[in-house]
Amino acid sequence: MADTPKIDEATGTETTGHTWDGIEELNTPLPRWWLWTFYATVLWGLIYTILFPAWPLVSGATSGLLGFSTRGEVAAEIERVELSNAELTESLTTIDLAALPANGALHRFAVQAGRSVFAANCSQCHGAGAAGVVASGYPNLLDDDWLWGGTLEEIVNTVRHGIRNDDVDSRYSEMPPFDWMEGGELDRIVHHVRSLSGLDHDANAADQGAALFLDNCSACHGENGLGNRDIGAPNLADAIWLRGGTHEAILRQLMAPRHGVMPPWGERLGEAEVRAVSAYVHGLGGGEAQIADPVLETEAEDAAAVPDATYPAEAGETPEETGADDVAPAE
Amino acid sequence: MLDYFKLIALALVTLVAAIAANWARDAAYMVHALLVMGLAAGLLLWQLRTMPVPGEPAPTRPAPGGYMDGPIRYGVIATSLWGVVGLLAGTFIAFQLAFPALNFDWGQPFTNFGRLRPLHTSAVIFAFGGNALIATSFYIVQRTCGARLWGGNAAWFVFWGYNLFIVLAATGYLLGATQSKEYAEPEWYIDIWLTIVWVVYLAVFLGTILNRRERHIYVANWFLLSFIVTVAMLHVVNNLSVPVSIWGSKSVQVFAGVQDAMTQWWYGHNAVGFFLTAGFLGMMYYFVPKQAGRPIYSYKLSIIHFWALIFLYIWAGPHHLHYTALPDWAATLGMVFSIILWMPSWGGMINGLMTLQGAWDKIRTDPIIRMFVASLAFYGMSTFEGPMMSIRAVNSLSHYTDWTIGHVHSGALGWNGLITFGALYFLVPRLWGRSQMHSMAAINTHFWLATVGIVLYAASMWVSGIMEGLMWREVDQNGFLVNSFADTVDAKFPMYVVRALGGVLYLAGALVMSWNIWMTIRAPEARPVTVATPAE
Repeated sequence: MADTPKIDEATGTETTGHTWDGIEELNTPLPRWWLWTFYATVLWGLIYTILFPAWPLVSGATSGLLGFSTRGEVAAEIERVELSNAELTESLTTIDLAALPANGALHRFAVQAGRSVFAANCSQCHGAGAAGVVASGYPNLLDDDWLWGGTLEEIVNTVRHGIRNDDVDSRYSEMPPFDWMEGGELDRIVHHVRSLSGLDHDANAADQGAALFLDNCSACHGENGLGNRDIGAPNLADAIWLRGGTHEAILRQLMAPRHGVMPPWGERLGEAEVRAVSAYVHGLGGGEAQIADPVLETEAEDAAAVPDATYPAEAGETPEETGADDVAPAE
Repeated sequence: MLDYFKLIALALVTLVAAIAANWARDAAYMVHALLVMGLAAGLLLWQLRTMPVPGEPAPTRPAPGGYMDGPIRYGVIATSLWGVVGLLAGTFIAFQLAFPALNFDWGQPFTNFGRLRPLHTSAVIFAFGGNALIATSFYIVQRTCGARLWGGNAAWFVFWGYNLFIVLAATGYLLGATQSKEYAEPEWYIDIWLTIVWVVYLAVFLGTILNRRERHIYVANWFLLSFIVTVAMLHVVNNLSVPVSIWGSKSVQVFAGVQDAMTQWWYGHNAVGFFLTAGFLGMMYYFVPKQAGRPIYSYKLSIIHFWALIFLYIWAGPHHLHYTALPDWAATLGMVFSIILWMPSWGGMINGLMTLQGAWDKIRTDPIIRMFVASLAFYGMSTFEGPMMSIRAVNSLSHYTDWTIGHVHSGALGWNGLITFGALYFLVPRLWGRSQMHSMAAINTHFWLATVGIVLYAASMWVSGIMEGLMWREVDQNGFLVNSFADTVDAKFPMYVVRALGGVLYLAGALVMSWNIWMTIRAPEARPVTVATPAE
């Protein structure tokens, strides 16, 4: 195959003279814009690798003139946010919990933060809307039925130490299985339990079940089935069911009780976030007020006055934009 | 003598496979051992029945002459078959993401997204793309070297061996055997088998080039050879592992932690670079000038962009690991090399598109040329988008989002898919001695189904990915995150439905093509063979 270049008619360009299976090649020079763009990217690459960490050395690598590092970037951003929230966080960590709901600005900050903590850490079990999952025994946090107490203080305690885990102060309760009882007896107890909240039941069976309930269940759940928050025994008379209120569901729980687990969040989230998420949950609808204590009341009034002014007045207005130097956090 | 050696070898394989199946420690290994046992036993019987009887003269076979097209014909059929399988799996898992009930409780764990997803990626990349590359490279290397494939039946071994690898890999995923390395999921014994097949493939290809009757090696063959050599290196290094037992599928990687991650993405990115880019550029450099009937635009450009591409690509992997445990310096180099790679990548697009100089009218009249042009346009788009996404700041938004999925698919469906379809339409009439495809109108339909499908897919994933990235980083005025992960999943639903519909269209196009290929092959041979010119 002779390498004889010829002129291609359509383009007027010379070919290289090579032919493979009829394919020829034009001898077009490199497109200038292509070549110069290529050079430009190479030049840019050289400059970039001087400015940023890039070239490996015997131990370590060049760190770049700008002193950039991805870890440094993240740390700076976290520090900036923490500094801008420092005063509020500090107030939230130290304020007496009973006084928190009354402190408008700090409470709003806590709920806002708590919403985010909840979305990232709690929604996986309790649901994005905090309505729980009956099928899995994840409690609904929107109602006013509380297993371990619904005051802000009790919620903080539950979040901090969790339920049935390795934390020494973890909440703990256990219901024994009643599978040793006769089927008929269990049925009668279920009829009685359902009668407590006015659900369909057999009146005769429920009457007989009442005696059995008194002997076997009332120690924890109380004579009237109202439960006992000190030991986490659920209220059976409020028509709210952790694992379903059908005859079958209650019977199953009697025969082989299932117990949920909640991790301790105290160490992982830190005090401020534990309080924040508790304030959020407390505000979802079922939060209970602290029992009034005259001594605490006065303390609460003092505490309530502390950080009010530091909260930005409008959404989107950051502390430094308010221009109030005395309350703006250090940057 | 050789026949007896074959008999003994096949008997031994059957026996060892039977022992392996008996001692298998997991389901995947047992199924694979039984499969190999059945195959080896079948081959043994076939060998026995076709062996010449002693004393009788051996049946004379006609001396092989001309080009060896048998494995290429099989490869073309395998390509379209695996294409439909892979696209069907992809469309199904796209619907699973939109409607999780399609994971089917009754089918667990086999119908789980987690097991079907690697089935989809391997089926489209390795089964569809790999068969297309093997078949077209065998076609191209013979024509541009003026030489028959080297190694006799070795080309058949490559075809069947490679497809056995695919069957083993795919069934392994469904049965739970995986190394958990993206695009390198098959376990150790499947990797060893692929290595053997690949070395034979290299030998056949290289042997044919060495036997060439042309003085120069055509540019398509540079790209195809770089693809075969580099994939061999990538495959061996990334799959270095120690089996827990030779009777089980599980193995342990020799690299750990960030070294393992770096090796994986050095492999992963160069699988894109050398399998899906260099290999398919080899296809482009043959089929585009052939179909257009025009010379390649620039010989110089082909030299420069080839060497620049293969030198730069190999460094780009770390851009998959921005903001991870990978040291910053490595990430910077990955990003810088990715951006310098932009023009070398575009060199292929320029050389492909500008080859149409003097034949631009064919875009209007020839649906196959239109497919090639659209393919090169998507190639240009993806190879701009890729360097852009490798920039640290862009990556901090795009990484882990659907944007990445959209980017991959505009490249895979647009560039790899369309150029393969075009090549199949070019090959089928020539391989089966027909004047042209059964229906040119169906090619046109395929083109539009595929193009609209890609647009739906890419656009919905851009919207979904950028939205997701912005939602993840959205914070309120106190710096608290606004959205939970589930919020982003919920917000993506409409885009997931649109994406799945795009998949349906693309799959429909592939079905039209399969029908068209079938009808072309089935057409009576008596059809007058006219000079192959595109329909005008």
